[in-house]
Amino acid sequence: MAPVATTFFFYFLSGLTVLSGALVITRKNPVHSALALILALLGQAGLYLMLYAPFVAGVQIILYAGGIMVLFLFVIMLVNIERSQKEEQFNKQWLVGILAAVALGVLFVLVYAKGKSLFPEHAVQLPEQSNTQQIAVLLYGNYMFAFEIASLLLLVAIIGAVVMAKKRI
Amino acid sequence: MLDYITSYLKSDTTPGQAGNFLWVFIYILLIFLGLSVAVIAMNWLERKILAHMQVRLGPMRVGPHGLLQPIADALKLLIKEDIMPAEADPFVFWIAPLIVVITAFTVFIVVPFGPTHAVTDMNIGVLFMLGVSSLSVLGVVMAGWSSNSHYPLIGALRSSAQMVSYEIAMGLAVVSAVLMTSLNREGTGTLSMIGIVQAQQAQHIWFVFKFFPLGLMAFVIFAIAMVAETNRAPFDLPEAESELTAGFHTEYSGFRWSLFFLAEYSAMIAVSSIAVTLWLGGWMRPFPHWLSGETWDLVFSLIPGVTFILLAVIAFVGVIRMPKHPYFRVQTIGLAGFGAVLGLIGLLLFVPPVRDRLQDIFWFSAKVAGSMYMYIWYRGTFPRYRFDQLMKVGWKVLLPLGIGVLILTALVGIWL
Repeated sequence: MAPVATTFFFYFLSGLTVLSGALVITRKNPVHSALALILALLGQAGLYLMLYAPFVAGVQIILYAGGIMVLFLFVIMLVNIERSQKEEQFNKQWLVGILAAVALGVLFVLVYAKGKSLFPEHAVQLPEQSNTQQIAVLLYGNYMFAFEIASLLLLVAIIGAVVMAKKRI
Repeated sequence: MLDYITSYLKSDTTPGQAGNFLWVFIYILLIFLGLSVAVIAMNWLERKILAHMQVRLGPMRVGPHGLLQPIADALKLLIKEDIMPAEADPFVFWIAPLIVVITAFTVFIVVPFGPTHAVTDMNIGVLFMLGVSSLSVLGVVMAGWSSNSHYPLIGALRSSAQMVSYEIAMGLAVVSAVLMTSLNREGTGTLSMIGIVQAQQAQHIWFVFKFFPLGLMAFVIFAIAMVAETNRAPFDLPEAESELTAGFHTEYSGFRWSLFFLAEYSAMIAVSSIAVTLWLGGWMRPFPHWLSGETWDLVFSLIPGVTFILLAVIAFVGVIRMPKHPYFRVQTIGLAGFGAVLGLIGLLLFVPPVRDRLQDIFWFSAKVAGSMYMYIWYRGTFPRYRFDQLMKVGWKVLLPLGIGVLILTALVGIWL
């Protein structure tokens, strides 16, 4: 089945992601920020779907939107909202902020100007059916070592958390 | 126009894959209606069965044997005043029940009621179901927090902790079932719901019985985790009445509360249908290979009709046993009408074209209904767990067991 209204969905999802990303940093209430972040992550999952990567989109929803953000909310709900609302939202580092923004803007402009030579003309049309299998082949074949290192890192993090949380082991 | 309608009926795919928008729409409507009816029926059955387990009668007054009780309750909820706490966060309070309901209904897009009876078939079907149903915990957390009250907040905290921990055991059990689709050298593995059932068809075995007892253990882990995921007894700590009044939806009333109720029951049906698809052979009839052949096919295809006729007979026995007092005349007529409707559905299911097309749906629904009965049975028999016991079962029993089953499944699969 041919894709339907791809341009509309692209602009819709990107707009949603950018807008909710802006909401994350402008909301006073941390819970509202977290909810906006969830919306941004969901928009990102939709963009992955448009790139013919359903597996990555599914994992994005399960891990980020369904798992990590729940833990975020869990912690934020225990914070005293009244106190956090009185706190300063932005630390006034205008110089660094403007420098970073300008650098990013220049990067965007460069990519827009030179994009034709940097990126391939058409997106590679990967078969949607074998996306999961291809990711498995990449993870457990080509990038086996990096994958195992990452899992070792996570294991160290878990052990560290247990050591810090428990007084007597 | 007519060609457009009939062209789908001849194809052997789901409407989503065939790209037929009309039939996608019809299927979505049918699933929505069917789910609502199932939730209403489940509400009545739960109260009736629980009552009979406790040697009570249950609802008896509204309609014959209380059959109209759920409808009366729904009407009451619709016309009840809708209260929002003064200190609540209005937007989050408003959107929380919507999120819970939307996630609970969205997962049914990929549920395969038959080889062609699903809205669509995704090649990440199982992942989609787990992902979307894991979003429902967000609605619960938002409801608890936005109420700005202590009981809902504690209920939401409990529920998020519980759902996040049991999701892991659930995921491990699902992975070991997905592994089984690819093992024994019969094609590659798949995450698509229809593909998983077809793998069971090709391997001539339900995954519960595969690599005995590994498949069974994975199924049991999933069956325990799914009760915890849906916050049902004996794991209904988020809404433990004696401690937290009603948990995260304490401050909700009227229609918003009924949305939570609807979502809870349809989430139960959703996880049950994952279990049925992954381990109990989905839409397949019992013994499709052992008792194969024309005769057995005919016998099994008659069972749906016979079941409905039996239900009609039970209703008519109820009509005869109704008291003969004039006060009961309306109820008797109503029960007779209900029996007649059931009998008509039964007769309709005997017509060959209908029979062939709908028996998949019947077997799938029958399996899901069995699982729903188990839910009621747990509620009637098990005492509620304490919270530390719940966490201990999740992290120290189900998680290691799940990892063990996963590794053993992979080992046995490579061995054979």
